[in-house]
Amino acid sequence: MPETNKKSDTSESESYMTMPDKRGHFGTYGGRFVSETLMGPLEELEKAYKKYINAPDFIAEFEHDLKHYVGRPSPLYHAERWSEQLGGAQIYLKREDLNHTGAHKINNTVGQALLARLMGKRRVIAETGAGQHGVATATVAARYGMECVVYMGAEDIQRQAMNVFRMKLLGATVVSVEAGSKTLKDALNEAMRDWVTNVDDTFYIIGTVAGPHPYPAMVRDFNAVVGREARQQCLDQAGCLPDALVACVGGGSNAIGLFHSFLDDKEVSIYGVEAAGEGIETGHHAAPLNAGKPGVLHGNRTYLMEDEYGQIIETHSISAGLDYPGVGPEHAWLKDTGRANYVSVTDIEALQAFHDLTRIEGIIPALESSHALAYTSKIAPKMAKDAIIIANLSGRGDKDIHTVAAHEGITL
Amino acid sequence: MSRIEACFSALKSNNKKALIPFITAGDPSLEMTVELMHILTAAGADIIELGVPFSDPMADGPVIQRASERALIHGTNTDDVFNIVTEFRTKNESTPIILMGYLNPIEVMGYETFVEKAANAGVDGLIIVDLPPEESAEFAEVLKPHGIDQIFLISPTTQGERLNRICEVASGFLYYVSLKGVTGSNQLDVKAVDDKLNEIRSKTSLPLGVGFGIKDPQIAENVGRVSDAVVVGSALVERIAEHADNGEKMKSEVSSFIGSLRTALDSIG
Ligand SMILES: Cc1ncc(COP(=O)(O)O)c(C=O)c1O
Repeated sequence: MPETNKKSDTSESESYMTMPDKRGHFGTYGGRFVSETLMGPLEELEKAYKKYINAPDFIAEFEHDLKHYVGRPSPLYHAERWSEQLGGAQIYLKREDLNHTGAHKINNTVGQALLARLMGKRRVIAETGAGQHGVATATVAARYGMECVVYMGAEDIQRQAMNVFRMKLLGATVVSVEAGSKTLKDALNEAMRDWVTNVDDTFYIIGTVAGPHPYPAMVRDFNAVVGREARQQCLDQAGCLPDALVACVGGGSNAIGLFHSFLDDKEVSIYGVEAAGEGIETGHHAAPLNAGKPGVLHGNRTYLMEDEYGQIIETHSISAGLDYPGVGPEHAWLKDTGRANYVSVTDIEALQAFHDLTRIEGIIPALESSHALAYTSKIAPKMAKDAIIIANLSGRGDKDIHTVAAHEGITL
Repeated sequence: MSRIEACFSALKSNNKKALIPFITAGDPSLEMTVELMHILTAAGADIIELGVPFSDPMADGPVIQRASERALIHGTNTDDVFNIVTEFRTKNESTPIILMGYLNPIEVMGYETFVEKAANAGVDGLIIVDLPPEESAEFAEVLKPHGIDQIFLISPTTQGERLNRICEVASGFLYYVSLKGVTGSNQLDVKAVDDKLNEIRSKTSLPLGVGFGIKDPQIAENVGRVSDAVVVGSALVERIAEHADNGEKMKSEVSSFIGSLRTALDSIG
């Protein structure tokens, strides 16, 4: 979608909203690092995306489906009790958990499925970790009458049995990926292999702002509705822009979705929260922006978790949706420019926030989103009572109750 | 003249086709890789393609994925790969060696360091699967003074302007990926390959190799009739894996398989 927000009054002329450049680079990050067979199809995809993203008919259909099928706009909810208990800033939650299928992921899959249909592709494929993106893809495939194949690491299939069954109910074929670490990154590799083999009739719906150009820009644009709404809602409800934004960062789609409309509001602080797992110092985490270094994986240059010879290393987070060794290239660029801050919280801290929000506000958050909430609870007490934080509640936590129970030694 | 150039020009004057086997460095072990390389050349290989193992080999099918995993489990790293080439060069000064791998292990080492080490070890060409010409300007600058060729891939989906550009920047030879798919796929169509090679030939005089999907002497012969070189990877790596616990058997199988491909190619005349 074109950004309609005017830049806020700021003396600096530089805009953070013009990326990527023509070749899909965000500074030195992003780009298109794929095998030759995919270069042509990616050019074709880029052409279609550029043609439709600003086309009134496409925008109208996308917005229609977001409203009537997804249930947008999602509320911006003032969590008064939680704010009061923390004793500082007023916390507003962007309720992506109330979307159809329970997370922000559906914004992107609706957009990409519409694009797939316009490009005449009858088959869609996806990778998934927690299963949320897989479910969101299977859902739109059912709705638009497309064949759907979802790749999922064998390890994740074990951990997320409920979402696997949801996908099957929706008519998708779920393929277990046995290669490598048997998790999200391997599912992405396998989806790429499928795509390279079936490029003629297949559209690959990537689930986050990673992958080769144009995916990072395209997935951002489909999720940017989150920040567009939140910015206007905040102005309407609180009469001003927020002081800070907080979102969890796996690949980074819910985060960039919230952040993008605010990038040129330079008085708004931005925090992306990575998964520190058992603690950054233990090495068992999924925090490439905090503890990794730049490299090339899955078609783009970005921060990665790798060993000294450039082999990708295994990640750990209690939240399957954050368990990814890379991160969207726009976040890498926002980190280096200093426009956004990337921080991390541990499994334990995220679990505490999970319980707090559940008990104090009656909202069960996804474990991914709980990372954003945990960081919010760290900074809110240090802020003035009239300060405002918007935290992205990217998904609901029903899918995680087995994980939480198991962690607490409870068998359901 | 580079080793690759010398190799193709010698083959051309003898009216022969190049046989290019692919094996993964460190599978089943570093020592065995060096031995296998000598066996390959003795059995009729003209150029050796050595796979650099990577944790996320996106363009490879299951056979080469598993070879990569096995090599990494043994701890094979980029410096080991250079050591293999150095070791091989103590007994073989002429056979061109091409490293095939992915960009990240090169990025992490730094372009300059990687290329210097490769040149010192005696590497002649590089195929970096996920480094298309659009992203490789900086790398090309680093390669230039070392006389190492960057071998580019062309696929059935490479068309128009891009095909022209690749033909312009390529050196050594061009590697045509015979089908839409990953390494080890099954549906190679010789007629379609021939058509595409003719199109490519109208734009470049570089030798044209074909790989992906060449599994046996018959397919090698058919493809050899329309190309200058054939690359055989998964079918060979599969034989290595099959005899992982019996080194002698592995060596004799590899030798006879390469020999059968050589005979098939030489029957083209
Ligand atoms: C609810 C929720 N939030 C966040 C994420 C992380 O993805 P991203 O960083 O792309 O938003 C996921 C991924 O599965 C998710 O399900």
